[in-house]
Amino acid sequence: MNGAHDMGGMDGFGPINPEPDEPVFHGEWEKRVFAMTVATGFLGHWNIDMGRQAREQVDPAEYLRSSYYEKWLQGLETLLVEKGLITAEELAARKAEMAGGAP
Amino acid sequence: MPSEHSHDHDHSEVPSDLALRVKALESLLVEKGLVDPAALEILIDTYETKVGPRNGAKVVAHAWSDPDYKARLLADGSKAIAEFGFDGRQGKDIVVVENTEQVHNMVVCTLCSCYPWPVLGLPPVWYKASPYRARAVRDPVGVLKDFGVTLPEDVEIRVWDSTAELRYLVLPQRPAGTEGLSEADLAELVTRDSMIGTGLAKQPGAGGTP
Repeated sequence: MNGAHDMGGMDGFGPINPEPDEPVFHGEWEKRVFAMTVATGFLGHWNIDMGRQAREQVDPAEYLRSSYYEKWLQGLETLLVEKGLITAEELAARKAEMAGGAP
Repeated sequence: MPSEHSHDHDHSEVPSDLALRVKALESLLVEKGLVDPAALEILIDTYETKVGPRNGAKVVAHAWSDPDYKARLLADGSKAIAEFGFDGRQGKDIVVVENTEQVHNMVVCTLCSCYPWPVLGLPPVWYKASPYRARAVRDPVGVLKDFGVTLPEDVEIRVWDSTAELRYLVLPQRPAGTEGLSEADLAELVTRDSMIGTGLAKQPGAGGTP
């Protein structure tokens, strides 16, 4: 399936900009998203192709705007909800609770 | 938004919306028993400190030093790499492509970020970002120039597009004047980028590059 992710050969994305002495992760949240994605992958509810498809099904503008681990987070949330392991409502409620405000 | 929540990580600023989203998800997954916090720490530590391009550098240096190993590596990359105990996630089928005087290989994943984790660790941001993914297959000469690499005009450039099933490791050319070096010293010359194909192995005595 083509889409915004199928970008081989496209023009206009600008320079590559390698980062000197780049760390493996940029910030704590990236570490958590990486580890949660790999760990939940071991549960066996989806395979690597389903994982990628979950990242690719977001709106194309959103796909292009998001950083790599934002795409992973979005994909992980999508899979967890699709497989019934969590609900979107639970997640929203937990987020509101942790933000310190009322849900 | 007050930051009264308690957590293990030492930062006092109010969490961004993204950080909050991540924390909420983790909290929910731990509560449901879907992830074990200790397992998360092990995964992070593994890919931050244990699995990285130093693994690949050992494989390359060994291939430079031992023609029989090199033959095994080119015949069945995954199997020869597993001789070092490097296997596991995102590395089941690794094909090793050899750079020569005539051929330069370069690896990309146009669709996403497939990469041989057991030998290179997690990919750098530029490898996963749109500019490299888009341009590597259209303008490899220009991409190499961005990385400071200019090859002789008669060198054929082959660009390999990785998939989830098939990942590639470039076996860079052994630099001239390294005949007497030990494998450990040779490994120091093997950069991450030389194994992606966006760089060359370092000359002995040259400075550090990725």
